[in-house]
Amino acid sequence: MTSKINTYKRFTSIFLLIFSLFIGVSNNLSASEPQEDTIEHGHSADTAVAAHDAHGHDAHEANGPIDISAIAIEHVSDSHSWHFWGEGHDAVAAPLPVILKGNNGIVFFMSSEFHHDNEGKTIVEKNRERFVMFEEKVYYANATPNEYGQYVTLTAIDKEVSVSNAAPLDFSITKNVTQMFISVIVIMWIFMSIAKAYKTQGVTSAPRGKQSFFEPLILFVRDDIAKGNIGHGSEKFVPYLLTVFFMILINNVFGMIPIGANLTGNIAFTLVLSVATMIVTNINGNKNYWSHIFLPHAPKAIWPILIPIEVVGILTKPFALMMRLFANMTAGHIIIISLVGLIFVFKTIYIAPVSVAFALFIDVLECLVAFLQAYVFTMLTALFIGSAVADHNEDGAHTTDDDHATAGH
Amino acid sequence: MTSTFILASLIEPAIGLIFWTTITFILLLVLLGKFAWKPILTAIKTREKGIEDALASAENALNDMRELKSNNEKILAEARAERDNLLKEARDTKDAIIAEAKAKSQAEADRIMSSAREQITNEKNAAVAELKNQVATLSIEIAEKILRSELSSDEKQKALVNNLMKDVNLN
Repeated sequence: MTSKINTYKRFTSIFLLIFSLFIGVSNNLSASEPQEDTIEHGHSADTAVAAHDAHGHDAHEANGPIDISAIAIEHVSDSHSWHFWGEGHDAVAAPLPVILKGNNGIVFFMSSEFHHDNEGKTIVEKNRERFVMFEEKVYYANATPNEYGQYVTLTAIDKEVSVSNAAPLDFSITKNVTQMFISVIVIMWIFMSIAKAYKTQGVTSAPRGKQSFFEPLILFVRDDIAKGNIGHGSEKFVPYLLTVFFMILINNVFGMIPIGANLTGNIAFTLVLSVATMIVTNINGNKNYWSHIFLPHAPKAIWPILIPIEVVGILTKPFALMMRLFANMTAGHIIIISLVGLIFVFKTIYIAPVSVAFALFIDVLECLVAFLQAYVFTMLTALFIGSAVADHNEDGAHTTDDDHATAGH
Repeated sequence: MTSTFILASLIEPAIGLIFWTTITFILLLVLLGKFAWKPILTAIKTREKGIEDALASAENALNDMRELKSNNEKILAEARAERDNLLKEARDTKDAIIAEAKAKSQAEADRIMSSAREQITNEKNAAVAELKNQVATLSIEIAEKILRSELSSDEKQKALVNNLMKDVNLN
């Protein structure tokens, strides 16, 4: 069963990624036309940067063409404030703390001090340092503004705008970090109250309430994921697998709530989880695991090829974990906002039923994906750990894998 | 282009989020491990063990009952056999008693019959002897009377002797 789901999952994730890229690209194309116009109308047309800014401004202020791909990317990206609704200065957003490690030490202030500015026009001066925010990133401000009032130096290479200002290390409590804290509180509340319920009600009564929903999941992780993939000695890893599973699951579900943050679709978050898996796997790797990598059962002549591949394999496994979760969750969010964005691209209400129908379909699919990705990440983690702690030689390990596959079918 | 610019930021992990995620995740792992997973997993294991034990004891009870039942059946069968045996014995005894009684009564009857017959024979013999005596006495009396009458005169005595002599000559 596991290999089947794997194949299916890989297929779906590739499909979703291609689909989202397709939508992203097509929106880019449609959006690029009006920009050219602006450039031709051109102020001085010396830089595409000016056009970029003007365009960006127009898009928000006037009823001009909407860059759906920009909105989609913004939607799935991290942010320094928790935006609820509204645009520009009418936006309703919860300010979040900004914590920076600047040249003069650590700086702390609320994101509301930027006054919703995201174009590098509002300076916040703290600790004898001046900061501006440009596209949700904090930079050291220039001494003087450019002709559009921006305190950042923008350069355009092949229409790609980049900022050449230096940036402080940003340890802000961003939207994603806030959601992570909230999710951690929720997870702790859920599982500590369940633990309490076991203590007060004893173990003889049937589970009830939260217990009856989460106990099957806990048992699933313990029996099917941990025991199924690790086998003997899996108890040691069950707490880690449970934590990973519910951390991903709860945050996947939070990400689906309209104002929720896309934490599990953020590469930094998946990076940390997959690095944790890599560390757990390699710390527990036994003699067989390392000899499989450095003394493979193959003619010595191909060792120079095989050993580097195996060594790279140590990194590619968690890398695949990181990309899979990130791409799946981000792709789902992008598809939904792209479908809704169709209404604004076609500028007609009549496309709305189609958009809503498809968005609803993808939403339901995302409900499945929320569970599936939590399962896949945890299952693969268990699989990697299992291969690292497998007690037998290579042949034995292979037969067990085959057994799993055949037993699953 | 705006989108391209932000797209790059999308796949570029932010140091702040990595920092906070690492801290939060490790804390979560430790806290949950200590205060949630340990009691929950222990409780589930205890319950599973309890269920296992209960099942095992139920199985044992079932086995015991089965054993008891088979014992009961065995005892019942034994009792039944015993009863049959007893009945058979009783029947045999009854038959034997009847047969014995029959034989005894037969023998008694035979004995009575034989003694009766013997007595009858004795009585008969006695009667016959008596009768013989009586007949002999009578005969003698008759003969005496006849002789007396026959030999009362000389003539009659001569006639008789002649008669007798005639018979002897004829022979």
